[in-house]
Amino acid sequence: MAALVASLFLWARPAHAIAPEQMPTPQLEARYLALIHGFRCMQCQDESLADSPVNLAADMRREIRDMLLAGKSDEQIRDFMVSRYGYFILFKPPFVLKTAWLWLTPGVLLLVGVITALTVIRRRAALAATDLEDNDLTDA
Amino acid sequence: MNRFTIPLVAFVLLVAVLAIGIRQSPEKDLIPSPLIGKPAPDFSLPSLTDPGQRVSSTQLRGHWYLFNVWGTWCYACRDEHPMLLKIRQAGVIPVIGLDWKDDRGDALSFLKDQGDPYQSIAVDHDGSEAIMWGVYGAPESFLVDPQGIVVNKFIGPITEQQWQQQILPRLSMSAAPASAASSS
Amino acid sequence: MIPELGQFALILAMLLAGLQAFFGIVGPAQKRDRWIAAVTPAVSGQFVMVATAMGCLVASFVANDFSVAYVAENSNSALPLFYRVAAVWGSHSGSLILWIFLLACWTLAAAFGTSRLPKPFASRVLGVLGLISFGFLLYTLATSNPFLRLDPPWPDGEDLNPILQDPGLAGHPPILYTGYVGLAVAFAFAGAAMLEGRLDKDWARWTRPWTTAAWAFLSCGIALGSWWAYYTLGWGGFWFWDPVENASFMPWLMATALIHSLAVTEKRGLFKSWTLLLAVLAFSLSLVGTFLVRSGVLVSVHSFAASPTRGTFILAFLIVMIGGALALYAWRAPLLKSDAGFELTARESFLLFNNILLVTACATVFAGTMAPLISSALGLGKLSVGPPYFNPTFLLSILPLLALLSVGIHARWKRGSLGDRARVLILTLIVAAVIGCAIVFGLFTGGRVLSPIGVGLGVWIILSSLIDPIDRLRRHITIPRAVLGMTIAHIGLGLFVISITSVEAFTAESDVALAEGATAKLGAYEFRFEGVKPIEGPNYSGVGGTVIVTRNGAPVGVMRPEKREYWVQHTVTTASSIRMYRTSNILIALGQDLGGGRWSLRLQVRPLVTFIWLAAFIMAVGGMVAISDRRYRSARVEAPAVSPVGAVTRSEAG
Repeated sequence: MAALVASLFLWARPAHAIAPEQMPTPQLEARYLALIHGFRCMQCQDESLADSPVNLAADMRREIRDMLLAGKSDEQIRDFMVSRYGYFILFKPPFVLKTAWLWLTPGVLLLVGVITALTVIRRRAALAATDLEDNDLTDA
Repeated sequence: MNRFTIPLVAFVLLVAVLAIGIRQSPEKDLIPSPLIGKPAPDFSLPSLTDPGQRVSSTQLRGHWYLFNVWGTWCYACRDEHPMLLKIRQAGVIPVIGLDWKDDRGDALSFLKDQGDPYQSIAVDHDGSEAIMWGVYGAPESFLVDPQGIVVNKFIGPITEQQWQQQILPRLSMSAAPASAASSS
Repeated sequence: MIPELGQFALILAMLLAGLQAFFGIVGPAQKRDRWIAAVTPAVSGQFVMVATAMGCLVASFVANDFSVAYVAENSNSALPLFYRVAAVWGSHSGSLILWIFLLACWTLAAAFGTSRLPKPFASRVLGVLGLISFGFLLYTLATSNPFLRLDPPWPDGEDLNPILQDPGLAGHPPILYTGYVGLAVAFAFAGAAMLEGRLDKDWARWTRPWTTAAWAFLSCGIALGSWWAYYTLGWGGFWFWDPVENASFMPWLMATALIHSLAVTEKRGLFKSWTLLLAVLAFSLSLVGTFLVRSGVLVSVHSFAASPTRGTFILAFLIVMIGGALALYAWRAPLLKSDAGFELTARESFLLFNNILLVTACATVFAGTMAPLISSALGLGKLSVGPPYFNPTFLLSILPLLALLSVGIHARWKRGSLGDRARVLILTLIVAAVIGCAIVFGLFTGGRVLSPIGVGLGVWIILSSLIDPIDRLRRHITIPRAVLGMTIAHIGLGLFVISITSVEAFTAESDVALAEGATAKLGAYEFRFEGVKPIEGPNYSGVGGTVIVTRNGAPVGVMRPEKREYWVQHTVTTASSIRMYRTSNILIALGQDLGGGRWSLRLQVRPLVTFIWLAAFIMAVGGMVAISDRRYRSARVEAPAVSPVGAVTRSEAG
């Protein structure tokens, strides 16, 4: 019975999530973990290479590991992946002309919002200055 | 337009984007390949049929070829197989196979039973070659020109339509200058 | 027989919803009292019909009626009864029925709740709700009818997706949808105000409890979803900025802004058009979220089986509802003006910044979620946006908000000046900063620059929230429920901030390969792997591992992670083992069989992770407490005057 169950797992395609090979040094280990968490799995597109159970992800993790051991830099590894799979493989959209709008939007919106708030406050403060009445205003 | 119409205008723009999104949604899982227009990866891999021999990109330099990634474990590849046989029969372009993470015995018996559309078949045992080509599923096929540049990538089984409208015209287009030169 | 009854009930419900919408909106406009009087019966009738339809669907599942296509696709005779019922909303069509059912419940509640409000206004509210119900019922019957029959019926079903065979499925969608749908009531109140061309402080007071209630349910629903993802997906993540998660988070952010904006409108008649817009946008985001999840335009592991037809239909619905509401807004909002003033350091000012920052955060999440769609629609290529984008950009807006909160809750209306409070406040800030650094550098190792800031802010929020209640208790003054609720909710938020910062900073994880009897070490914890053995469940079989966990030698417990294969769908899921030890969570997930008795395992120790969801629940409780305040019970009576204790009052100042 145990053999039957075990053989079911060998047959089932997904090789579940974890990459047990550890790197020789803590620095490499940290780089490895950071890299595999930063790439999107191309088959289960919603998961990172670190978490994806499919064989392709296991292959890609192995490639990354080999490249790290061969002394490649993080940037070289990223370029390797992007030149083959496109920007889509990165969870972090790059800051290039096509994506600049995305990265700039939050800052711009915040700036616009703060300026708007201050403008409103200036107008209302002027109104408050001329308003001598002070009704008993409660909290909450 | 006063400031109170801004939300409405923004909403109209949003609807436009969503509508385009619906129209494009059947293709949303297809990732365009950054390899198009770039040189195909050089490779030298053992042949499936004769492990002592190698299948390499240098052998293929100088003419068009279709690089087809497949495996016997892939159901869609079986669906594609008749089309590949048809391409082989047409005889205008060789199909080079990449047997991706497959069992050699399974692959050989499959080709014996179903027919062999390939001029030669390279074996990718551990998946590293497929990653070099940016493959993320099977079947995938690459159209490579005589200079070794990737001209097109087909994700999923090659269809009759793709063969007629995207592959054949390329082949005859590149044949034309040669005939123009010879006629002058 | 029963499915036909259900379908018939849906059709009747749609007709009644249509009548409800017509009488509700046209009745007051034409000043026809008889039509206005017909609205509430229509509401009740619609509710009965929808409840009947829901009942029929549940009955079909319980009875294993595989002649119904939806039941056959989502259930199986081996499925336990509990999951047969939960499977009703396990997929697209059934989840729509749940949506419609909850909307009918909220509408019924709104009918009761507005019974003492002016009749024309109340019927307009119900009319707008009827319009929404009509749209959803039409959509369901036209594209997603769950009562369609199979001919011939299947002998057995395809089974519920194993990942969904979990108590999370019973709780998360119903509670989440209750929140989503509840925002429709605020939307309806806004619609009614726009139709009438009038919006005053009373309107804000009427709208507030409904908004807060929906917000509370939404908070719980999102937290449940996050918790479920945590223990079911096997690798300890609880928030991925996934499009579907964002689809629930954006309405939440908007609703939070709305609650605070309503406070200003109720108190001082300010920000009227802004509050109106927020009320429209909050539910609009719910609708857009519904679209994103079901139309197939976005890549997500959560999304329902999508189709372009369904997407087009929802889009048409969005155009009518949201476009209509925003057009009404453009027409009516210019009429709403007020002359009230306030100073830079007044409460209104802080609440204004609260709103600006929350809306900016929401817009940021919106941009990131929609970016792949926008990029591909404009031909800019395929884009992927994940946590590395969302985390920093979200924090950009949220950190200032958290910093301002502790000061803002003490600000008085209209005039600034914190008076005596300022000194206490600075004291709490110092204490918080000290605690923040102590926790971060003393208790744990590691962490980043933001960690002491995060923990410090969270502590400051909690301490600052306690100042006023403690002061009132000292002076034997009662604490109104509204103040108590606010305090509880803010304390919950503080706890939330502390927990998330801790989890992000101090999580320890490691992937190891262990043979039977081998031990791995992670931090102060030791994990001894005792091997695996076969297991069997009601509709699955698999292997279960045994791991003995100790900390510094002292026993923590025995944990049993599993891998299950469900018979019908042949999917393998990871049932990771999670245990709480003191304030940390330990997670162990089985990886793969490496042969020779060796297995790969993922080990994770996450401090304070459970507090994240507990904090969300506390926030929701705070909201519900605030709603129960006396002032919301009556339609018109002015709120009893209660002075803010400790702050300088004009009369005291002389």
